Amino acid sequence: VSLRGRAALFGVAESDLGEVGPGSTPLDLIGQATLRVLDDAGLEKGDVDGLFSASAYYHMPTLSVGEYLGIRPRYSDATNVGGSSFVAHLLHAAAAIHAGLCEVALITYGSTQRSDGGRLVSGSEPLPYEAPYRARYPVSMYALAASRHMHEYGTTREQLAEVAVAAREWAKLNPRAFKRDDLSVEDVLASRMVSSPLSVLDCCLVTDGGGAAIVTGAERAQDFAKPPVYLLGAGEAHWHRNISQMPDLTVTVAADSGRRAFEMAGVGPESVDVAMLYDAFTINTVLFLEDLGFCGKGEGGRFVSGGRIAPGGDLAVNTSGGGLSYNHPGMYGLLLVVEAVRQLRGECGERQVPGANVALVHGNGGVLSSQVTAILGSEGAL
Amino acid sequence: MARADEAPAAVYRRLLESGTLGFQRCAGCGAAIFYPRVLCLVCGSTSLVWQTSAGRGTVYATTAVHHRDAEPHNVVLVDLEEGFRMMSRVEGVPAREVRVGMRVSFETRREDAGPVAVFVPEEG
Repeated sequence: VSLRGRAALFGVAESDLGEVGPGSTPLDLIGQATLRVLDDAGLEKGDVDGLFSASAYYHMPTLSVGEYLGIRPRYSDATNVGGSSFVAHLLHAAAAIHAGLCEVALITYGSTQRSDGGRLVSGSEPLPYEAPYRARYPVSMYALAASRHMHEYGTTREQLAEVAVAAREWAKLNPRAFKRDDLSVEDVLASRMVSSPLSVLDCCLVTDGGGAAIVTGAERAQDFAKPPVYLLGAGEAHWHRNISQMPDLTVTVAADSGRRAFEMAGVGPESVDVAMLYDAFTINTVLFLEDLGFCGKGEGGRFVSGGRIAPGGDLAVNTSGGGLSYNHPGMYGLLLVVEAVRQLRGECGERQVPGANVALVHGNGGVLSSQVTAILGSEGAL
Repeated sequence: MARADEAPAAVYRRLLESGTLGFQRCAGCGAAIFYPRVLCLVCGSTSLVWQTSAGRGTVYATTAVHHRDAEPHNVVLVDLEEGFRMMSRVEGVPAREVRVGMRVSFETRREDAGPVAVFVPEEG
């Protein structure tokens, strides 16, 4: 049995984004996003019977979210594989719906990490063997991967900077993006070094934000005002938690999650109109383009050069502006889904990719640890 | 080398305190295992034998962690000749001058929390 096309997204929403100010809690943002997603889908709170969330704030996030919202789900999934969790939740929701365990799934997330004043919930839990070396979690782990990619493939800091510049060019077209001022390769190279070779402009934003998505059975399409966005395929994979245990720092297990997602969807990279790749750091986009098959291993640096993933380029990547320029509220995966659905609905205004029918959403969690890929499609892609 | 009731982390630390870098070798499949565990992550065997590394390795990946008010410090992943990889730091050269592919050798340093495995550039 394939889950291809059996579940669909009927609503997506963001909470307030950026810097919401002191006093608001992550649950307040989840409340905002939930109100907006129910409005987007034309549903009532009482229709939700499946609840999906992950959090760095709440140990039992679906319990906290369910209590705050007044939702009493019969199916609850708080899988936490890092920022990719919410892409995993899409697959889990489709499976649960197909099994009859719930009908209307709400996936939601919120974070007030910026307004919390830098008191980040970092997820750092070093092994006793590694704590003495004071690697800065998580940036140093991604920096190690970048150093290896540069060594093996000649990838340059300029090429990594191209990823940040492309994200900024998209962000300029998104009124909700946090950073919309001009950015050049030279600006990235000249910015403060954090953990070499990654400077502060190679790193994602630290912002408040949240989101929500509604998933239900595709057969209910006639119940909704907006066109469905179908889950065509999805795949999960992980193979380490600590960067020292990653077999090859130039190859992520997106190679497996992507293959699983493409196989279920029955399409390949050449069919993807718009790709949302979890860009916590500039090296991420390079690695995922390679591992998902958009280019060969080691070719990612050249692939992103010359504005090829920027507006007007060969492949539309992270059209919201991404974690680098739009929003990165600690765990970013749900906002990838939000942007992909809006692109497939044709709601993206200036940054709309004309005729987008197939979107790839790729979530990353931990330190290149968890990789989750989903392929979404409009009616025309079914 | 290890008592039956001794936890993997305790064996590692005891060896490090004596100036040696310990790792496990799987008696089932031969895999070199680090960090220490109670089973082989490759084949699942519980027949793990503690061995002492010669301490010779190659920098696999490197980063210099920068600070606003201090010199950067180095963090590396080192591939040991016995076939395992570990996080560490390279001393004796500025953090930014540590290179992937650099040959390094093991030493121990005593810190407040206990002995720490570090590496220095190989002589010659």
